[in-house]
Amino acid sequence: MIKFFADWLTYSILSITPKTLLAEAVNFFVYDTIKIFLLLAAIIFSVSIIRSFLPPEKIRNILSRKHKFVGNILAALFGIITPFCSCSAVPLFLGFVEVGVPLGVTFSFLVSSPMINEVALVLLFGLFGWKIAGIYIVSGLTIAIVSGLIMGKLPVEHLLADFVRKNQAKNSLQLPEMNWSQRLNYAKNYTWDIVKRVWLYILIGVGVGAWIHGYLPADFLAKYAGADKWYAVPLAVLVGIPLYSNAAGVIPLVSVLTEKGVAIGTTLAFMMAVTALSLPEFMILKKVMKTRLIIIFASVVGTGIIFTGYLFNLIMYK
Amino acid sequence: MNIKILGTGCPNCQKLEQNVKQALKELNIDAPVDKIVDIQTIMSYGIMSTPAVVVDGEVVSYGCVLGVEEIKKLLAK
Repeated sequence: MIKFFADWLTYSILSITPKTLLAEAVNFFVYDTIKIFLLLAAIIFSVSIIRSFLPPEKIRNILSRKHKFVGNILAALFGIITPFCSCSAVPLFLGFVEVGVPLGVTFSFLVSSPMINEVALVLLFGLFGWKIAGIYIVSGLTIAIVSGLIMGKLPVEHLLADFVRKNQAKNSLQLPEMNWSQRLNYAKNYTWDIVKRVWLYILIGVGVGAWIHGYLPADFLAKYAGADKWYAVPLAVLVGIPLYSNAAGVIPLVSVLTEKGVAIGTTLAFMMAVTALSLPEFMILKKVMKTRLIIIFASVVGTGIIFTGYLFNLIMYK
Repeated sequence: MNIKILGTGCPNCQKLEQNVKQALKELNIDAPVDKIVDIQTIMSYGIMSTPAVVVDGEVVSYGCVLGVEEIKKLLAK
């Protein structure tokens, strides 16, 4: 149906001659944006409803009672549904540590929460299909769990800011449970909020993507970033680090780059770096941990991402 | 009445502060609005999700940016 609408708009309303480059680019743009915005609204709304049952305060109570390994898995899973803007990283981190959630488990959460977020998932699903979205979720969870386990094994407690260790658990606050009309209202507001925040990036991303889709030859980038180029994966990760705030625009762009010859593992690594390794988040984390710990954390996660990138390049192109 | 906004200074917290001030203006309440950005002080209120609104020492909302109307309802209590 969306396809039909996109065709109708391109050929009848804008009366662009079919089969031309311009027609293809415009059609692609219309189809992709509509599909993405519909998906975005539906998924963010559903996730917000689930989230209204599991606020971070409840999650930390559950996590503080779990053992390490199970805790890491749960923390990574919880990370999927929690909203994440870099400004919430510090209170979440402190909140977890002060009730005795192990540091490694907290790190698992800190990795998966921004990396596996609903906006990225919608874009992956809408532009790459469910297979890539699934691979992204599974490898993202794996990276979160393994990084957390590694961080938990390392002697890094002394690298936390001094006040973190001294902080005693306070009686955590309980606001009354929401009722259904509040939940729906919360989900509606949240959805609107996110869409408002990302729509422009998505339009620009898909717009530039549509242009590339129509005008660049199909394997244009293969000679620079194909599967046989060893440096493509680490380079993609490095480039991804400063891009967090634009994740919504980066993913549509990247989907087109894949079409033009960038290997899929490289693409995955790039997107994970964009979402999980974010410079602004690191700046904020500096308030609670020493720079060395942030570097260790980023290196562990970065290594996991690079490994994943190589792995999928190997699997998909052998 | 004494109102505090807890938040580390991200766009969400600034939005919330504006909304609170707007709500106060519409209700004709003249109350100071303090912004708390120090993370240790924020944590001492027992919350984990910012931004939060504290009225007379009591946390009335956290983890979301309330709209002007919602804040008016909270303050009218």
